[in-house]
Amino acid sequence: MSTVRIPPVLRENTGGVRSIDVAGGTVAEALADLFGKHPALRDRVTEEGELSRFINVYVNDRDVRYREGLETTIGADDTIILLPAMAGGAR
Amino acid sequence: MPATVGATSDLVAAIGNTPMVELSRLAPHDGVRLYAKLEGNNPTGSVKDRIARAMIDSALASGALRPGQAILEPSSGNTGISLAMIGSRLGHPVRIVMPDNTTPEREQLLRLFSAEIVFSPGAEGSNGAIRLAQELARADSSLFMPYQYGNEANPRAHEETTGPEILEQVPEIDVFVAGLGTGGTLTGVGRCLKRSRPGVRVVAAEPLPGEQVQGLRSLEEGFVPPVLDESVLDDRFLVNNRDAVVGLRRLLRDEGIFAGLSSGAAVAVAVRVAREMTAGSVVVLLADAGWKYLSAGLWGRDLDELEDELEGSLLW
Repeated sequence: MSTVRIPPVLRENTGGVRSIDVAGGTVAEALADLFGKHPALRDRVTEEGELSRFINVYVNDRDVRYREGLETTIGADDTIILLPAMAGGAR
Repeated sequence: MPATVGATSDLVAAIGNTPMVELSRLAPHDGVRLYAKLEGNNPTGSVKDRIARAMIDSALASGALRPGQAILEPSSGNTGISLAMIGSRLGHPVRIVMPDNTTPEREQLLRLFSAEIVFSPGAEGSNGAIRLAQELARADSSLFMPYQYGNEANPRAHEETTGPEILEQVPEIDVFVAGLGTGGTLTGVGRCLKRSRPGVRVVAAEPLPGEQVQGLRSLEEGFVPPVLDESVLDDRFLVNNRDAVVGLRRLLRDEGIFAGLSSGAAVAVAVRVAREMTAGSVVVLLADAGWKYLSAGLWGRDLDELEDELEGSLLW
């Protein structure tokens, strides 16, 4: 099982749960398992089957858009991090 | 009378042409050479001097900014300080919208350069400062807002100055790493480098916001800065505060470089990328020096304690 970390803004869709164990060998499979457990997340994270432009998805610390996107492979020790896009800091 | 040979005409003309130094002790193995571009050596101590000058110059040239007109900008520090210095030299009053949880040094520097400060709620981070500045600008049409997040002069400054300097200093560059804020540095430098060396990889180091900072955001507020050209990026890494502090301490201990928190994060990513290469050259841009972070105790305090405190603040 991999772990998905849920950002505060999405926790209303998970009953307040911060991290969820999911099954799957790719990001797409892991998200499908996540949406099966918490159906309301689907419309907040994806738009017409694609990742929303305003959500960034990382496997451990690496943005999947610059790897193989939803087909990026994941292992049991990996953590998927969902984060709303935001302006950077002190610059 | 022209300036003496070897002197610039004014402090503003001294922006840019910063040093590049090799980080031989931080390089993970002999095959890879690691270099740092020291943007803290700019006149007000950060890379933002470049874009502040470019945004003011282009606005004066186009007539968008009139002589003596007041300037308003959202900034958690460096851009505001740069605009305040240049504005004070050129006779523009400067008002900066800044989150109320940054370090006191930034407030002190802004006041030294005669800027007025409007505080936005710290927990809302940069997005909160942007929103408040946009409200203020709408309510008062006498203000000029450069708006670094959407001003093409921002990436252009890097395309025309930072990028060419890097190519001249490290012509064999294979990878460029910088922190992701507005995206101006990565976009502008990336465009310049890819034109000359199409195989160059451009890598972003992005701050992992603490739970408190994340807490007040809604997805509807998700914000991708208009100046960020995501097609220029080849990779993007999240860096947590702890790893950024470790990177900043290694910079000081191993290389004698006193840098700010975003530089620590960028170095952490640069070392990681270098470790995965067998050969080549990596250039990392260090956006500012450590002066504005002294009060935060980043160099000496216990890491766990610092990590808890950084959760709720905005240091880069």
